[in-house]
Amino acid sequence: MNVHDKYKPLTWWEKTYLPAIISGVLLTFGHFRRNMVNHIKKAIGMKPKVSGAVTFQYPEVRRPFWPRLRTLHRLVRREDGSPRCVGCMMCETVCPAHCIYIVAEERPENQIEKQPRIFDIDLGKCIFCGYCVEACPEDAIRMDTGIVEISAYTRNDMMIRRDQLLSLEPKKEYYTERPDLEGKPVL
Amino acid sequence: MADFIVGAVEYLSKFIFFIIAVLVISPVLTWVERKQSAVMQDRIGANRAEILGLRMLGLFHALADSLKLFTKEYFVPKGADRLIFHLAPCISIFFAVMGFAVIPHADTLIISGQPVEMQIVNLNIGLLYFFAVLGMAVYGVVLGAWASNNNYALLGGLRASAQMISYEVSIGISLVGIILVYQSVDLMEITRAQGDLLFGFLPKWGIFLQPLAFFIFMAAGIAETKRIPFDAPEGESEIVGYFIEYSGMGFGMYFLTDFLETILIACLTVTFFLGGWQAPFIDGWILQTFSDSTFLGIFQLNNFILTIVQFLAFVFKVCLVIFMMMTIRWTLPRFRYDQIMNLGWKMLLPLSLFNIVVTAIIVYFIG
Repeated sequence: MNVHDKYKPLTWWEKTYLPAIISGVLLTFGHFRRNMVNHIKKAIGMKPKVSGAVTFQYPEVRRPFWPRLRTLHRLVRREDGSPRCVGCMMCETVCPAHCIYIVAEERPENQIEKQPRIFDIDLGKCIFCGYCVEACPEDAIRMDTGIVEISAYTRNDMMIRRDQLLSLEPKKEYYTERPDLEGKPVL
Repeated sequence: MADFIVGAVEYLSKFIFFIIAVLVISPVLTWVERKQSAVMQDRIGANRAEILGLRMLGLFHALADSLKLFTKEYFVPKGADRLIFHLAPCISIFFAVMGFAVIPHADTLIISGQPVEMQIVNLNIGLLYFFAVLGMAVYGVVLGAWASNNNYALLGGLRASAQMISYEVSIGISLVGIILVYQSVDLMEITRAQGDLLFGFLPKWGIFLQPLAFFIFMAAGIAETKRIPFDAPEGESEIVGYFIEYSGMGFGMYFLTDFLETILIACLTVTFFLGGWQAPFIDGWILQTFSDSTFLGIFQLNNFILTIVQFLAFVFKVCLVIFMMMTIRWTLPRFRYDQIMNLGWKMLLPLSLFNIVVTAIIVYFIG
């Protein structure tokens, strides 16, 4: 079949654009009517089956994150508050954006040899691929803080330091439940 | 005393109509445009402008818009023709506002035996006046484009003048049918003639007597407002238009002109095709129900109530037409330039000529 066969010349009636305009206006007016009914139902206190709009009013209402969404990193702490990280440099090595800088130091106790003295992540470079989380043998770095609003005025301010990373907590309430076995999201 | 009240009511009615048409509806149209498009597209629309925590469904955005436009720098480009550059937006808005002068917004009100016309200017050549005003509207655009000393603006102005002049032809010829049917060019007379009933149940409105002319007038009217789907002169999304060099309130005036022309075209559509201020079936009921006794010493009760109802009917119809125009604006993409020209010259013009011939033959044999 020739590709050009699809584009038949318009008939006289189609050339007035009226059929296309009418069907288009009917579609948009249908949306208008349906959404307006739902808005009015909500305004007078009735519960509409679906909302009149798909909008999330963002700063007040957050859209729930998918469980495996990668957000800002954090360093996991041991029970005594010291970093779980052992300074093995695996994450720095695997990082494709070269955004992690680690300087290790000796740990006071002998059972675990090292801990990071410097653990900087340059968020201006980070591509949020999550390889560092995959590579970590100690499960010391995770990306579940739920922080996605990352911005700064200078490039230096985009660096996040060891102590900040250690102070971050996971934000369970920003995330949805895990999907059930059939793969349906539980929203 | 009575003369004073007659004069006061006359001026007040004209003033209220003008205020509602120009100063209330046109800023509110920016809100309507935002909200209606949002509801059509399953969104909520702009609602963040707030005064003391009050959001009023985003109505304050109109206020914020005008504040922004007034406080922005009014930039005049190097090499621009300063006088014409400053004058062009004023010309543009001037003729858009002038058009409202001949629109009748209610039937004659009788105050202590004296008739008061509910029309800003009672011209007996109202329709020709409307053509003149519409014809001048293109000057604001072309002068602004030319004075900007910018090739893109000039090209936008060329597109605008080509489009507006092309569609003015169709508008003019489609309205000849109306003149033939109602035998008048006085808008008040045309509206009054639409009060009769056709076959006893159908109001004798232009849309029923001249359905083809209605579609031609609507299409050409939307093209005259230079809004999507006919926004090739302006093309704010990708091609730049005639007011590219305008900033601040200069741009604001062109922007306002578009909205004013939308209202004007809606008013004229109502006047010619939707019975103007006629409120069919209700008017007879009102005249019968209320007595014709005088109240406040000068007003005839039923006449006074009827005038208010007619004014409300007019505003309601105008709002309905504006809603329809907005729906079309948010449904269709922009026509290509050759499509605009083809539609104007090869479709609307022959159709309106055909409409005249058919109407003339029918009017000759029947009327």
